[in-house]
Amino acid sequence: MLNRLFTDQLQLGLAQSAVAALLVFVVVLLGRWRKVHLEREVAIALVRGLVQIIAVGSVLVVLLRGPQWTGAFLLAAMILAAGAISTKRAKGIPGSLLVSTCSIACGSGSVIAIMTWLGVIDTAITSLIPVGSMLIANAMNTNGLALNRFRSDVLAHVGEIETALALGASSKQSIAPYVQASFETSLIPAIDSLRSLGIVWIPGLMAGMLLSGSRPIYAAIYQFVVIAMIFASSSLTSLVSTMLISSHVFTSADQLLLRPGNGEIGTQAKKA
Amino acid sequence: MPEKSIVLRTDLLSRSIQNRKLVDDITVEVRAGEVLAVVGSSGSGKSSFLRLLNRLDEPSSGTVFLEDIDYRTIPPCELRRKVGMVTQRAFLFPGTVYENLQFGPKQRGEELSENLAQELLDGVGLSSYLMRDVTHLSGGEAQRISIARALANTPSVLLLDEPTSALDDESKSGVEGLLHDIIRKRRLTCVMVTHDVAQAARMATHVMMLADGRVIKEGTVKEVLHA
Repeated sequence: MLNRLFTDQLQLGLAQSAVAALLVFVVVLLGRWRKVHLEREVAIALVRGLVQIIAVGSVLVVLLRGPQWTGAFLLAAMILAAGAISTKRAKGIPGSLLVSTCSIACGSGSVIAIMTWLGVIDTAITSLIPVGSMLIANAMNTNGLALNRFRSDVLAHVGEIETALALGASSKQSIAPYVQASFETSLIPAIDSLRSLGIVWIPGLMAGMLLSGSRPIYAAIYQFVVIAMIFASSSLTSLVSTMLISSHVFTSADQLLLRPGNGEIGTQAKKA
Repeated sequence: MPEKSIVLRTDLLSRSIQNRKLVDDITVEVRAGEVLAVVGSSGSGKSSFLRLLNRLDEPSSGTVFLEDIDYRTIPPCELRRKVGMVTQRAFLFPGTVYENLQFGPKQRGEELSENLAQELLDGVGLSSYLMRDVTHLSGGEAQRISIARALANTPSVLLLDEPTSALDDESKSGVEGLLHDIIRKRRLTCVMVTHDVAQAARMATHVMMLADGRVIKEGTVKEVLHA
């Protein structure tokens, strides 16, 4: 129907965005009915997402014609932004920005570097940026899930953690079950993506390759390669992230810093 | 009769949060085999004081000496093995009673034999509970297991943070009687926080009364509670 109303592609795109945003708001209103208040957060996220993607699209037009080093520059900027975004899931944990950025850089950066070196990812910016951004974005989501689960688990189990400490356990031992649970939970979306590949969803990359004339079998295999890379980079990110963040909730004398109330962080001296 | 040695000594121990003094310059000595009851109204700083003794919280100033050694020089894991703690609510780990009793020794690479675990359970009146899953225990039974678990570490000092306040009346008297027997039999050195003055009179040898984090009275049970 919209195709008939708008002949200009840009106008059509904006109209499609408005309809998609409206759909999101209907769902948010349904959530409000269940006393889940996400209106403000979703509205900001939608506007921000639209502005960002249009801005990136405009910049990409220029950068995709530029020298190859701009690819590495863009990916580095994406990693920094991903770190800043996913650190919000670790509210109240000191050093979470550094942990998030380092984990995403380590997880997605190493997979991008190795796979580019092996020739799995083409060094052309038109290939490197879309594939690289997929790895970074998924690493960011995994990191956010891991930190969120870790934070809520620690806050819900302060008694158990301090009991373990009081029985002579080290900080690492006292928190081990929650680190493990955070790691496992954060990987659920990546595992499900791998499981449902081709059955429940046919990802955009494969569709794009088919549209650009690639052989269907190669497009399918390459899509598997990308999903496997996403899984590897997400797992590595979560592994590093949960390992690093666990040391940030204790003082050097193994005293728990993350406590319920008052911004969650207790008043122990960070370096007791 | 020779004077008993000092096991635990606090020296001007304080803890402040956002300019509020929770514990204010407390100096006290606990000798071998003594039971010091810390009493006071809610918010007087009793539990905050207790948490400083095994360094679950960090003092803002002052320190604690365990057998004449400044506890800041003792690795936290070792310190907390020596200064055991039983909390108001028993936080048992998922698994069997035996696995819970093994937790402390396991942390330092030691194995608690079934015989020793059985002895601990006999001591808390739950002889047949060794392989039971902790999810099926009542509040009183769980607290008895948490006492046995703390004892599995063979602590020099046992800290008791309102150990009966979360229990019903029947369990409360049972657990109190049990603690009384264990303390006497093992000649344990204890620091016990309680809001129940009658309980302090029944169990303690010495009493320290707190108000706003400060010591307002200290001495034998007779001196503080029956004066």
